[in-house]
Amino acid sequence: MSVLDQTDRRVIAATQGGLPLTERPYARIAQTLDLTEDEVIARLADMQERGIIRRIAIAPNHYALGMTANGMSVWDVTDARATELGRQIGALDFVTHCYLRPRAPVWRYNLFAMLHGRSRDEVEEKRQIIREMLGDDCAAHDILFSTRILKKTGLRLRDG
Amino acid sequence: MRETLPEDALDATDRAILNTLQEGFPLVPEPYAAAAEPLGLSGEDLIARLTRLRQIGATTRFGPFFDAAAMGGAFCLCAMAVPPQDFDFVAATVNAFPEVAHNYQRDHELNMWFVLATGKPEGIAETCERIESETGLKVWQFPKLEEFFIGFRVQA
Repeated sequence: MSVLDQTDRRVIAATQGGLPLTERPYARIAQTLDLTEDEVIARLADMQERGIIRRIAIAPNHYALGMTANGMSVWDVTDARATELGRQIGALDFVTHCYLRPRAPVWRYNLFAMLHGRSRDEVEEKRQIIREMLGDDCAAHDILFSTRILKKTGLRLRDG
Repeated sequence: MRETLPEDALDATDRAILNTLQEGFPLVPEPYAAAAEPLGLSGEDLIARLTRLRQIGATTRFGPFFDAAAMGGAFCLCAMAVPPQDFDFVAATVNAFPEVAHNYQRDHELNMWFVLATGKPEGIAETCERIESETGLKVWQFPKLEEFFIGFRVQA
């Protein structure tokens, strides 16, 4: 991992569990790493600039906030237009993730959009909006509701 | 946690905090004070509210979100068609791999969907092979070819 030096990795290790809820959180992290507050801020800013940190932000608990239904909507769209269509779908405010992925012998869909809502009906309504936007460029679609979370761990930096 | 909070658990200020801080958090020495100002709060108030939001389970995380791929690692969405009678056994086998970050049961013939996260790109194929040999089932790989949006834009 040449994009990260040892200090970057220590800063990541110290912050991947979250920021301290204290007046000067970066100073608190600096203390544990034997760095200065300025160094920690500069490292985080640099990693943000380089895209290693997407953003520093809060993650609401969808489920606790009533968004109890989540469906992975999947779309078989015209390959030549997939990027353009993906951008349109990704810009919808009820889509939380949108990706182009490869097809497989058992799987015809190339565009994936995660939809969240307070009920399956609400998620289905959102799916209809996408269906209408895609029009003739959509050959088939489906939605896979999750029935059980089998595992959910925070992402940890690993060497393996 | 798999509980929905009661309607009155959050007031308008809590909702404004959740909506605003999803967009980002400042990199300055006193970031809570800076983030609190546009919300009409003091830094102390914001810290107290964030502490409570975490305690009641309204948030799952607060801090930097890292891109494993940009760090030189790799992510891959994978799916398996697991015979229903073997489902729990296969789930336990798959979950035992530390590379498996999330795993969901879904309504489809491909009924198990999980995300692998590895430190090196070649770790994805290696982990898939080990899962295949331990379960005797094919692991289909759906790596990201292009990303159009990733984020949380939940209206709290």
